Amino acid sequence: MSMPFYVSPEQVMKDKSDYARKGIARGRSVLAVQYADGILFVGENPSNALHKISEIYDRIAFAAVGKYNEFESLRVGGVRYADMTGYQYDRRDVTGRGLANLYAQTLGTIFTESGKPYEVELVVAEVGSTQADDSMYRLTYDGSVVDEHGFVVMGGNSDPIAAYVRERHNPKATLAVALQLAVAALVQPVADGSEVRTVVGDDLEAAVLDRTRPRRAFKRLLGGPLDKLLTAKK
Amino acid sequence: MAEDAGVHGRLPAHFTAPGSASFVDFLGIAAPDLLPSRRRDLPAGVIDAPHGTTIVAVTHADGVVMAGDRRATMGNVIAQRDIEKVFPADEYSCVGIAGTAGLAIEMVRLFQVQLEHYEKLQGSTLSLDGKANQLSTMIRGNLGMAMQGLAVVPLFAGFDLDMGAGRIFSYDVTGGRYEEHSFHSVGSGSVFARSALKKKFRDDVDEAAAVRLAVDALYDAADDDSATGGPDLTRKIFPVVMSVTADGLRRIPDDEVGAVVQTVVDERMTNPGG
Repeated sequence: MSMPFYVSPEQVMKDKSDYARKGIARGRSVLAVQYADGILFVGENPSNALHKISEIYDRIAFAAVGKYNEFESLRVGGVRYADMTGYQYDRRDVTGRGLANLYAQTLGTIFTESGKPYEVELVVAEVGSTQADDSMYRLTYDGSVVDEHGFVVMGGNSDPIAAYVRERHNPKATLAVALQLAVAALVQPVADGSEVRTVVGDDLEAAVLDRTRPRRAFKRLLGGPLDKLLTAKK
Repeated sequence: MAEDAGVHGRLPAHFTAPGSASFVDFLGIAAPDLLPSRRRDLPAGVIDAPHGTTIVAVTHADGVVMAGDRRATMGNVIAQRDIEKVFPADEYSCVGIAGTAGLAIEMVRLFQVQLEHYEKLQGSTLSLDGKANQLSTMIRGNLGMAMQGLAVVPLFAGFDLDMGAGRIFSYDVTGGRYEEHSFHSVGSGSVFARSALKKKFRDDVDEAAAVRLAVDALYDAADDDSATGGPDLTRKIFPVVMSVTADGLRRIPDDEVGAVVQTVVDERMTNPGG
């Protein structure tokens, strides 16, 4: 009878982590940045149909990087959970914190119990009535949750982008200023000295959770209005 | 909550399973007891519950207007004098309800979530006909209740972005869906409201004129139907009026409706028949 090889739990977890990290690092980054009236999401995404940034509920949005089919199923689950909770109780009873917890449990279970971890990283963000009430949760492939403030960067090449934003980010900035900062951060040269890339509106996916909007705070920035913000004078 | 999808559990498999973009279908799997159509039949007998009364809708050059009076009745008693019976369904449509208020309001809530759920999952909105058909299915699910006297009869109106026009749909208790042209009314005072509209409707009305026609028609309904509430000038309770155009849905603010109501009442002082 053949005996299975013994592999230590540390090694199993490390292998899974490495695998998930590699998958996530391959994709382009997505940023979430607080600005005066809410939270802005920006990512490089040439597709107009396969979104990385989406609405979950009235004041809650979802952004993800990694494997599309995996984060899409989490998004669908989140929308179903939010709509069901809001229908059963009240719309105000759907919170970003509740959703972040649910995603954390789900990702954690998948990471430990299944052979292949999800290659995804998520942000669940919620706007409140003032900036102090905003919340942003970053969730990683193993189910860890971090309560973030100011901005979040996910995906490949995230460290230099985060460093760039950290130096210049101003939570009281207007939408145009925040958007231009986010785009500048996404295209800045990587450490190996390759050239500065330019990104045009067509290759950008951008959306906001705007606290001044009446019920559904989520709005995509597309076409003309997006170009206008990109070229607005500071 | 069904299958402990809560703060302490992970999402059950059916939450993340690929499948229909319909919220009603999903509830049928995840929490069937929340669906009105899955409710067990009631014991025989008459139930006294508040009833909503008259709703009118009028198309105009830029879209459609819907208005409802504010009265709910229970037998000979006025159950509520400021009930709202016209609701936004989504950004481009609204729904008004007549019949058993409790069931109708629940149906509208489910309808609103259904439309928004589809939009979020699919990334596009349903066509206006698609929305109208969704409502049909929900009414059909209530047929058992309707047989016991708890009927729900909504009126649905919206702006069809493909056709560039306002459209109105009426229903019967079996879920039959009928497109109405120019104007329509449902509820106990609908006969009088519809007669008033028939005499005064013109093809070239604009939004303001359509609002005026709707308020006039509700006044006529209240004039002859005891279950329809007239405008309450002393308490400042005016009809709920929604307008849907290419720019989306807007509830006409109370002060604007109040001004129209005041004009109507002033004119009736010298000409009670309108």
